[in-house]
Amino acid sequence: MARRVYSEPGDRIVSTAPVAVNRYRGWTRLNHWITAASLILLALSGFALFHPSLYWLTGLFGGGQTTRWIHPFIGIVLVASFVLLFLQLVKYNIMRREDLVWARRFRDVVSGHEDRLPELGKYNLGQKFIFWGMFWLILVLIVTGIMVWEQYFGGLVTIPTRRVAILVHSISAVLILLVFIIHVFAAIWTRGTLSAMTTGNVSGGWAWRHHRKWLRELAGRQKVDPAE
Amino acid sequence: MTTNIQDSPRTALSNPPVQPGQSNLGQPAVRRSSAGGPVAEQPTPLTEVAKLIDVSKCIGCKACQSACIEWNDTHPEIETNVGVYENPHDLTPEMFTLMRFAEYDNPDNGNFEWLIRKDGCMHCEEPGCLKACPAPGAIVQYTNGIVDFIHENCIGCGYCVSGCPFDIPRISQKTHVAYKCTLCSDRVAVGQGPACAKACPTHAIVFGTKEDMKIHAAARIEDLKSRGYENAGLYDPPGVGGTHVMYVLHHADKPGIYNDLPEDPQISPVVEGWKGPTKTVGLAAIGLAAVGSVVMGLFSRSAVADEDEHQAQEMVDRAAAGLPVDPIPGREQV
Repeated sequence: MARRVYSEPGDRIVSTAPVAVNRYRGWTRLNHWITAASLILLALSGFALFHPSLYWLTGLFGGGQTTRWIHPFIGIVLVASFVLLFLQLVKYNIMRREDLVWARRFRDVVSGHEDRLPELGKYNLGQKFIFWGMFWLILVLIVTGIMVWEQYFGGLVTIPTRRVAILVHSISAVLILLVFIIHVFAAIWTRGTLSAMTTGNVSGGWAWRHHRKWLRELAGRQKVDPAE
Repeated sequence: MTTNIQDSPRTALSNPPVQPGQSNLGQPAVRRSSAGGPVAEQPTPLTEVAKLIDVSKCIGCKACQSACIEWNDTHPEIETNVGVYENPHDLTPEMFTLMRFAEYDNPDNGNFEWLIRKDGCMHCEEPGCLKACPAPGAIVQYTNGIVDFIHENCIGCGYCVSGCPFDIPRISQKTHVAYKCTLCSDRVAVGQGPACAKACPTHAIVFGTKEDMKIHAAARIEDLKSRGYENAGLYDPPGVGGTHVMYVLHHADKPGIYNDLPEDPQISPVVEGWKGPTKTVGLAAIGLAAVGSVVMGLFSRSAVADEDEHQAQEMVDRAAAGLPVDPIPGREQV
């Protein structure tokens, strides 16, 4: 059976009539939603302390003190769950030559002329951008976050460093929310994508259209009845 | 009978009223409040007050620290003697003021000088802590200039620590709120001077209106100059709009020799950037992105065509039949 290059262990064609392809296994989906929920809770609690007009959001967490206390712990949960996602998917998010063409012909992506683009593996450049954007921003956020975590790391860095850390933390938080908005938007805009993270499956047509190299590899790995 | 406390801050030297009085501080006198917290619509106009610390008169007895502990009912931890005079070793959530001792070898005259500075909140006219605080109403400034922490609104985040140019606020690990010198706002509100000023045996600490304190300082500076301290001067740093705790320094040209008293303290530009453009631009960017994507999502989409499904079906069927599923020439790699 052909070696896997573009697909993860577990990615497989689950039905042929009509074609349905499993893109994410159950625990990957569960982990993804833990990351997602953490990010949303971090955004809400972070927003509350970011701008006075949003301070009322502390009410969702049971007041200002609890919001201040819980925010970093949710951050730890997010990092733990994201590390697993990262290790699992980093291999499929390495830049390839076809990504450059994809970037150059981005207009064709937006106007729906993907037939003019090279065939892609499990991820396109946009998805890789989300992946690496999340990676670097989460890294910066956790490092600067620990620097300003008063309760446990109050004396870790000097006050001038702490000022820079909190500024960088705020800017990174804004950037990660922009990445998050693009991620959600792209998942909805590209119809047929969301089911990959709910049921775990996408349609054959979706895979053909957007990730044909990935589909081709999976098609070639189907169990063929030896009698045929 | 209660006495109405007039707007007449009394120095610690004069005899304060002994009758129970009505507090003149509190919400009606709040002119500034953190994170858009409530300010009085027409704040009670009060005369600006100040505490003046004349370091040349200080003998380092720490009576001010004791008075502070007693009045504020704090319980600083008993620490270990490591061979320095500071006790405790730093400001803590339970120690709002601290005598800092510096041994200074004066290069100009070869004198060995013992410089003692009473450290604590400077009550800035432009308070960095208040600017940095995210909790509405947790830090307020009254019309007499006193900057006060309102503990029930404090969330213990430590942003005030980053905001302060003087490294003053301390967060309690017990109560998880920030503490610092209140300038004895609860005493000043009823016409008393701060506890430290009251206790100071040499009158190195005095309290009154800011104008009176400047006049008093000018006389002290003149006296010091006549004794050979030609650089004697008042420390009332303009970078933070002036302070409501001021020092008379015999070496006002070198505040740094007094245990790193900042030369030109001001709210850090990093803090200004964080609490200024980052806040507004950041929120606007996220808002625009969210609205923009919803609008774009309403007008466009990328949908899978029947043809795609058909092609996929064909490929999968071919592969299942053991036939090759090679890519369309020219599209496989680039």
